[in-house]
Formats: sequence, C-alpha cells, structure tokens
Amino acid sequence: MSFFGAPVFFLAAALFALGIYGFMTRRNLIVVLMSIELMLNAANLTFLAAARGTAQANEASSYAVFVILVAAAEVAVGLALVLAVFRLKRDSDIDAARDLRG
Amino acid sequence: MELLFFLLFAGLAIAGAVATVWMRYVVHSAFALMGTFLGVAGLYVLLGADFLAITQILIYVGGILVLILFGIMLTPPDRTERNAKRVIGFSASLVAIALFLAVQIGSVVRWAEKSNLEAPKATAAPIGRELLRPDGYLIPFELVSVVLLVALIGSVFIARRRKAVRVDDSSTAAILAERGTLQQKAGA
Repeated sequence: MSFFGAPVFFLAAALFALGIYGFMTRRNLIVVLMSIELMLNAANLTFLAAARGTAQANEASSYAVFVILVAAAEVAVGLALVLAVFRLKRDSDIDAARDLRG
Repeated sequence: MELLFFLLFAGLAIAGAVATVWMRYVVHSAFALMGTFLGVAGLYVLLGADFLAITQILIYVGGILVLILFGIMLTPPDRTERNAKRVIGFSASLVAIALFLAVQIGSVVRWAEKSNLEAPKATAAPIGRELLRPDGYLIPFELVSVVLLVALIGSVFIARRRKAVRVDDSSTAAILAERGTLQQKAGA
C-alpha cells in the first residue's frame, strides 16, 4: 500500500503542472477553463491523499465535495463569461478579453 | 492487483491531462479531460473515498464536461490557436512541481506512520451525517447551495442575449436617454 503516499503526490503535482502549463500557453478561453479544472482536480487529489488513513479522512471528503461544487459554480460563470466575450468580440481567444469595457 | 489499478488510473489521468493541454482542437481537449476525470475518480476509489469518486463522475463528467461541450458548441472552432508564452508556461509548471514536492517532503514523516492501513469502508453514510450535522458542516452545506443558486442566476444573466443595445451603436445614447425618461415617469 506504500504507493498511496509518494506516487499520488507526484501524480497530483504532474496534473497541477500540466494545468498551469495549459493555463499559460493556450489561448482558447474554454481550454483555459479546462486547465483550471485540471488544477482543482490535482488539489483535491493531494488533499485526499494527505488525509488517507487519518481520523479526518471523511471530513477531507466533505471538503473535497465543497471544492467540486465551487468548481461547478466557477465553470458555469466562466462559460457564461466566455459566451459574453464571444458575443461582444466574435472571438474566443483570450486576448479578446483584453479591455474591460466594450 | 491494487498496484495494477493504480497504474491504470494514474496513466489515464496523466495521459488525459497531457492530451487536454496539447490537443489542437478544443473538442478533443474536452474528451481528453473526461479521461482525466475518470482516472482521478478511480484514484479516489483506491484512496478509499468512494463517495467522492461517485461525486466526481456525476458532477465533473455529467455536469461540468457537458457544460464545457455546450460552451464549445456555442463558440466557433478556433483555427488561429497559437501556443504563446511557452517559456512562462514551462517555468510556472516547474515552480508548481517544486511547490508540490516541498509539501511532499514537509509531510514525509506523516506518510511513514500511515503504512498500516485497514481496508477502506463505505464512506457515504458518515459523510452524509457529517454534512447534515448542525455542529458539523450543515451551514457551509446550505451556504454552498446559495452559492450555486447565485452562480446559476449570474451565469444566466451574463450569458443572456441582450436586446438591441450594442456598445458601438450610435443610437445607444438615444436608447439610454429614453430609458431615463421612462424611469422618471415610473418614479413620478
């Protein structure tokens, strides 16, 4: 069972790094949102791996549920913003959202 | 056996994440993201968090991914996708890995004492009790429903199609003036 310690942490680190990489390099707003989801998943995975085997394992699960719910709210608002940007600029590139008004 | 499943799910998650970041088309990215979500759900099962695994599949694959696919449908295919800021991306990823490893080394003592774990039990019932206990997470649990409602209303408000008013329209001023007089009439 030793592989639940370090390997999960390494995996979560890799997921988070890939999320950051996508967040920094991709220009499409929807892919940027997906990268944020990757990072949230990595954080949740780390959290659960750290709580594994402790007395608070179930509490960690409840916290992770809250993180997932906030992620759902975030992606709903984020996609609405992408649609609003697209409607205004006819473009879903991240540089389309450069200026704040109009 | 467990190691086999761990490798399977970890490979699925990593391969999905790599494909999400590198796929040229947004739809391909979205479907690769499904692989990551499923892999992470499998890892949750291996970590003894069965309730969270089901939640992950229901909300991420069933909700968020479908929402993302709708978003992709409503925006055009992006043919001018450029991979800019690659250096910044790489360096940020390295920093992230370093941070994670720092956390890992910081907690290395804690894993050592967790080497003898009992078999995982079903977690849905304790989590449900924890979420609905008044001195547990009842208030955050109810608040999160308010947050979700606000997010729902907000996203509908942001994404709704506005009638007639265009920012670069020369008649905007006239429309706004007319609205002002109407509001004054309503007020009077």
